Amino acid sequence: MAANPMTQFEVYRIGPEIKIGPFDISFTNASLFMIVSSLAILIIFNLGSKKNSMIPSKIQLLAELSYTFVSKMISDTAGSKAKPYFAFIFSLFMFVLFCNMFGMIPYTFTVTSHIIVTFVLAAFIFIGVTIIGFIKHGFGYLKLFVPSGVPIVLLPLIVIIEIISYLSRPISLSVRLFANMMAGHTMMKVFGGFVISLGIVGGWLPLSFSVALTGLEILVAFLQAYVFAILTCIYLNDALNLHH
Amino acid sequence: MDKKYFINLIFLNLFFSKEVFAAESGGMPQLDPEFWISQIFWLTFTFGILYLVLSKLILPKISANLELRKSQIQENIEAADKQREDSESKLREYDEIISKSKLDAKKIFKETREKALKDINLKKDTLDEQINEELKKAEIEINSLKKTAPEKINKIAIETSSEILKNLMGTEINNSSISAIVDDLSKKNERKYYDN
Repeated sequence: MAANPMTQFEVYRIGPEIKIGPFDISFTNASLFMIVSSLAILIIFNLGSKKNSMIPSKIQLLAELSYTFVSKMISDTAGSKAKPYFAFIFSLFMFVLFCNMFGMIPYTFTVTSHIIVTFVLAAFIFIGVTIIGFIKHGFGYLKLFVPSGVPIVLLPLIVIIEIISYLSRPISLSVRLFANMMAGHTMMKVFGGFVISLGIVGGWLPLSFSVALTGLEILVAFLQAYVFAILTCIYLNDALNLHH
Repeated sequence: MDKKYFINLIFLNLFFSKEVFAAESGGMPQLDPEFWISQIFWLTFTFGILYLVLSKLILPKISANLELRKSQIQENIEAADKQREDSESKLREYDEIISKSKLDAKKIFKETREKALKDINLKKDTLDEQINEELKKAEIEINSLKKTAPEKINKIAIETSSEILKNLMGTEINNSSISAIVDDLSKKNERKYYDN
């Protein structure tokens, strides 16, 4: 069964079954890698912020560069009003990035390759952004669905399209990340399987493909985390600075 | 049959090939809702803790570190600016002193030159005056001599001639007659002696 390209996405229980009421919240391999990713983030950034030297050490530089990278990303896309949400977007970016990156290590589990995980994150962002929008602008936030400068004849159609696109945000956000991670890992597994099935004579071609794909997947892992964070910033920007 | 087994051994796919392509049975584990609740719970739990620790403990520290470094660099830049300004003002002062001393030197040179010229002129003037005076005196003397010379000569001539005549003749001769003769002669020769 190990060679099935989808078995790498299987969730299995580690330890005993834990139930709260009717809900099964057992500790699984997915939970393990969520905790591993979070711990890695906390350890790296704790080490990077512990000692403040005028000339930063490597780990401090890493932490500070990440900080300025995310803070610049937020100020570029959502402006200065998004400052209170910096910590959330920073955690989100780092969590997704580390989950993606840990998934690149062989025999690990990729947390973000599960639609339920990405969907929960995306739905939380969607609901949060909507609430922020309504708090900041009241019912004026509904103006988001009415773009200015559109002929009145087209307006009903545009409004419907805008509403559909707004409601599909959590789906597009979650499916983008989940599908990218799943497709990449499946493809790598398939090529890995080809290496073994073609053996020592013909296996070199899929092996070189696999190597190239690994590089590509590391890029994708970073890029998808970046895209996830930057789309969150853009949605936040819509809620904070109503431009329509 | 032996040949196929041999080929399989070479390509190592006797055992694996069945399993590689036996994937279609399971479908996507992601769509199996068995562990959805567990994943939601653990995601909320870990992400919540991650968010809390990052936002309350770690990010403020990083931000403070960055601010501190920024302010320190700013301070250093300001100190450097101040020192540069100081050195510039010192340089300006130095330049001023040099230009002032140059001006002073010029002034002193000019003054001494003027003074020397004045002195020279003064001395020249006094010398000129003195010379003129001397010249005038000399002229007056000459003139007076000129005036008195004929008379004296006449007198000497009269005296000597009277002496000579006395010696020659042994008698006193009237001086007035001799002087008349001498006057007559001297008048005749005056032009010859003094008009040059």
